[in-house]
Amino acid sequence: MKKISTDLIVIGAGPGGMAAALKASEMGIKNILLVDRLEELGGILQQCIHNGFGLQKFEKDLTGPEYADHYINLIKKTNIEVLLHSMAIEITKDKKVILSNNIDGLIEVSAKAIVLAMGCRERTRQQVSIPGTRPAGIFTAGVAQRFVNIEGYMPGKSVVVVGSGDIGMIMARRMTLEGAKVHAVTEILPYAGGLTRNIVQCLEDYQIPLHLNHNVINICGKDRVTGVKIAKIDSNGDPTNETFDIECDTLLFSVGLIPENELSRMVPLDINPVTGGPYIDDTYHTGNDGIFICGNAAFVNDLADYVSLEGEIAGEAAAKYALYGNRPNSRIPTIAGDNVRFIVPNFITRQDQVTLYVRVTEPITDVRVISTDGIVNLKKQIVKPSEMVEIKLDSDKLKKISQLKELKIDVKKNG
Amino acid sequence: MSKKMDERKFTCIMCPLGCEVTVKSDDAGRIIELIGANCPKGEKYIKEEFSTPKRVLTTTVAVERSEISRLPVRTSDFIPKDKIFDCMTVLSKAKVKAPVKISDIVIENILGLGVDVVATRALK
Repeated sequence: MKKISTDLIVIGAGPGGMAAALKASEMGIKNILLVDRLEELGGILQQCIHNGFGLQKFEKDLTGPEYADHYINLIKKTNIEVLLHSMAIEITKDKKVILSNNIDGLIEVSAKAIVLAMGCRERTRQQVSIPGTRPAGIFTAGVAQRFVNIEGYMPGKSVVVVGSGDIGMIMARRMTLEGAKVHAVTEILPYAGGLTRNIVQCLEDYQIPLHLNHNVINICGKDRVTGVKIAKIDSNGDPTNETFDIECDTLLFSVGLIPENELSRMVPLDINPVTGGPYIDDTYHTGNDGIFICGNAAFVNDLADYVSLEGEIAGEAAAKYALYGNRPNSRIPTIAGDNVRFIVPNFITRQDQVTLYVRVTEPITDVRVISTDGIVNLKKQIVKPSEMVEIKLDSDKLKKISQLKELKIDVKKNG
Repeated sequence: MSKKMDERKFTCIMCPLGCEVTVKSDDAGRIIELIGANCPKGEKYIKEEFSTPKRVLTTTVAVERSEISRLPVRTSDFIPKDKIFDCMTVLSKAKVKAPVKISDIVIENILGLGVDVVATRALK
């Protein structure tokens, strides 16, 4: 087995991994290895041909491939070593990674620091337990996106989208533009999973109905999907007798994303059951010294822009760890309080600046996002599960927080 | 004779509030009343959505001699929303040959709209 050693290995070359490798390179780290199982850099960005990327980070409205191109060009100017078509299949707590590809076979990489940037996977029909037959014509929205945008195949002509995640709505528009009939998007919850922008520009623009409080309760068809039965959902989340049928040949599932953490479990890293990613501090350092994680592998983000920002933080911290090998020993836990599904990062260590992200449990209007001690106190006209609340902490606030036992964040209705 | 009045509903996308706005207009298409827009930015957006809605079109075109079979493209600027399908018809017949550089023009001044269709990635 080929053996190499490096200062830093970054696993995954999407918006998080590319940003992490670049930042580490800026920090003066000489040997950086950036690996990806795909044939090119960019990860999922390459199939996200729609615009809306970069608005936060570059104040430009870019498509996914254009956003990726920005980072790819910067990487080309550095001496970051890129290894494509290579899959990380094993990792140990003392920071050895086994890679596999069809040229070298197995490669053992010993690293001083690791940034995990594996991204996330889509939940499937099985994970939302939709009954019915098992015919052809059932895809996750992201798989259909790859077929249409990269491979050049249409998965079907007559489509129902299950779940109102952003990729589902974007694919409803994409399939419509390419000549398919998209009959409906169903959403089990009383509110959409994705951004309002996508409800308007992907569904309303093309008169595609969004059925809130509705779910597919049966899939029909022997060889190919022939139709679905859709039921109205009651306030307990159970299907009612109010149903209707739609004939279709294709179903696309957009029912949530799961951080991809098989490698993290091998270390093993302690996984937060709510986010599906490892517990992290505000430098995206996991519980294992020298192993960092960023982007959708850590927790599912709303925007690629956030993923890259986290990648930069993780890349900088991993570079420092590779150079000096230490980590801060005092840390303040962050706690999810009322109406908060999760808050990340899980620990505060930094004194300069920290951004916390809060995902709420349901949409609420006219709220305050507050900490028990009053250090955090933000007024919001509305909070929604589809859009994380950002809490920016400056050095003054962090100084006060460093005196606390924990920072608990509640989202409370005003009045 | 009473004038015919039209009522259309819009969802504002200027901020996470997503206000539902109703636009009442006369038969000449003039806005009479705008109900539910809570800020100037939203009002401006809704007025534009009512009179001249615009979108960026992103899609793919066929590409020959490349490692992948589709080249992603976009309109270099906004196009009128009601021209999207006309543009798709033009683009469904377009074919380019690799290599392609990012921002290469695939179709110049599509349908005379004053907007180019450009490649959004490089292909070898």
